[in-house]
Amino acid sequence: MRTPLRIIDGVAAVLPRDDVDTDQILPKQFLKGITRTGYGEHLFLDWAKQPDFELNRPEVAGATILVSGRNFGCGSSREHAVWALLGAGFQAVVASSFGDIFRANAVKNGLVPVALPSDELLELQARCSGGRAMTIDMERLEIRAGDVTVPFAFDAFEQHAILEGLDEIALTLTAEHSILEFERGYEAPFDTRATGERVNGG
Amino acid sequence: MTATLLDRIWKERAVCVEDGRTLLYVDLHLVFEISSPQAFEGLRLAGRRVRRPDLTIATMDHVVATDSRAPHRDPLADTMLDLLRRNCAEFGVPLNATGSGREGIVHVMGPELGLTQPGMVIACGDSHTTTHGAFGALALGIGTSDVEHVLATQALWLRKPRSMQVRLQGELAPGVTAKDVALYLIGELGVDCGTGHVIEYAGAAVARLSLESRMTLCNMSIEAGGRAALIAPDDVTFAYLEGREYAPRGAAWERALDRWRALRSDPDARFDKVVELDLARVEPQVTWGTNPGMVVPIDGLVPDPSSLAGEPERAAAERALEYMGLAPGTRMRDVPVDRVFIGSCTNSRIEDLRAAAAVLAGRRVHPAVTAIVVPGSARVRHLAEEEGLDRIFTSAGMEWRLPGCSMCLAMNGDILSAGERCASTSNRNFEGRQGARGRTHLVSPAVAAATAIAGRFAAPAHVA
Repeated sequence: MRTPLRIIDGVAAVLPRDDVDTDQILPKQFLKGITRTGYGEHLFLDWAKQPDFELNRPEVAGATILVSGRNFGCGSSREHAVWALLGAGFQAVVASSFGDIFRANAVKNGLVPVALPSDELLELQARCSGGRAMTIDMERLEIRAGDVTVPFAFDAFEQHAILEGLDEIALTLTAEHSILEFERGYEAPFDTRATGERVNGG
Repeated sequence: MTATLLDRIWKERAVCVEDGRTLLYVDLHLVFEISSPQAFEGLRLAGRRVRRPDLTIATMDHVVATDSRAPHRDPLADTMLDLLRRNCAEFGVPLNATGSGREGIVHVMGPELGLTQPGMVIACGDSHTTTHGAFGALALGIGTSDVEHVLATQALWLRKPRSMQVRLQGELAPGVTAKDVALYLIGELGVDCGTGHVIEYAGAAVARLSLESRMTLCNMSIEAGGRAALIAPDDVTFAYLEGREYAPRGAAWERALDRWRALRSDPDARFDKVVELDLARVEPQVTWGTNPGMVVPIDGLVPDPSSLAGEPERAAAERALEYMGLAPGTRMRDVPVDRVFIGSCTNSRIEDLRAAAAVLAGRRVHPAVTAIVVPGSARVRHLAEEEGLDRIFTSAGMEWRLPGCSMCLAMNGDILSAGERCASTSNRNFEGRQGARGRTHLVSPAVAAATAIAGRFAAPAHVA
């Protein structure tokens, strides 16, 4: 059970780049961690060393919403990238599209991936530059920034899961009868635990 | 009602459908050290078990050292590997540990043991799981939360992705490989052309590709954003599988063939997106930038950002060139390299090593270049040594390593220093991928070998 999430309020930080890959979000040297925490301070490690990096600006300190470009979170499936964003205080990423695996990982951890059409995203980027207060309302599925309200689409189940903080495994196990039913007609292709002659020996 | 290969696998493996999401049954779950510790811990905390250890198998690849198996050099890596051993023992998951002779990069090990089979749903906590699509398996890269979900339930919730067909026609020119095709395709269509789609490769040219070439093509599909890749199984697939350890035998083999032959898209099946590509147009490729779509033919020039359409593309190209230390208009063949890496789940199989060795036989690596060859698995290493490939590499002045992911992502001590430039047969030229401020250029094994000889980017024809 995660914490249910209805409203995200805070400062939006703009990172106006396309194809931000998960290697940039959290470099590989931190994938040797064996917990889900402790990654936030390493977020965008190599970019953050550059003084003009957008997220180093004082006006976006403590930002909770990241507004980026197209294809955010492409590349490696490392869920550590999501844990790093959450660890650094982000609760949502707004982009015009996401890498599929990153998006799935985000939802499962309660990091809200909001996809906007590119023209709306560009407008929002312009509006938020310099750090602006923003609200993401997961019940009404809208972004509010100043006097502007931008509705967005979101998968209905995933919205429900975020609003309720659902534990997906527990939920699946309540439907275990379906899995058992499937397995009754299922012939396993092998037993991975057998090796050599035992594999196909029946 | 016509159906795609994706439709067929999806229907066969659907446990149930709720709210438009399908619970897909997983036939094979591949596990390794990086994406599993938190998943096993989650099971432990919730008092859950691994539902089907008989459909689950683990190996060690990302953090293992490839120069020596001496322990205690990297305490964090040791901890990860010990933890994997303990988790596998506690939950009854079989483990092909380092030194077992069965270990390897997870996407090399699965196919070579015959675990990867047509029609399966395969899950693995690694984005390059797309590789297994070469067998006509729906192979899905997942994050750690989903690894935990599959361990606990043997199933995965997914909305059905859209379908994309890439039709490949024409003959490859000599010296042009599946790696070049993949890079060319991503260069033409973009690094997110496949996002939300399963990419099926079809056409006469695919039928002519070896199974290992198909794996390279499917492997790189994630670099086009593909949720998964598929190639319909055919006699090439069956010949590869027959006799492998976990492949069916006897009557079961015949039954499997009957099932597998039906795994194809109908000729008039409808895809959400269709792309055609003439392979005769593809030349050996080399990337110049910081994603796999920033690519030119090896005889090409570093592009001028100001010539690109669109402000985001120009800005990204300028940033990439600054990072890569390259000036617009430079001939790629004039760019010297410091390092050559032959390996990774993209290009570390026996055919890749043969292709590199064919270029290197009787030749020497340029004195300014350090080169390593890292076979994809213990079995690939053994086979290569039987064929004498290791002696070709070492006689040329290359290091012949133990299997692992190695410098593809540089978690194991094989790493570029800041500013070093590497011709790499791996899959990602992202900033810092092979080491902070390291500069990665993606190429095929044949181009990597020729580049090692020339000391600057070269195709085999340039050094013949």
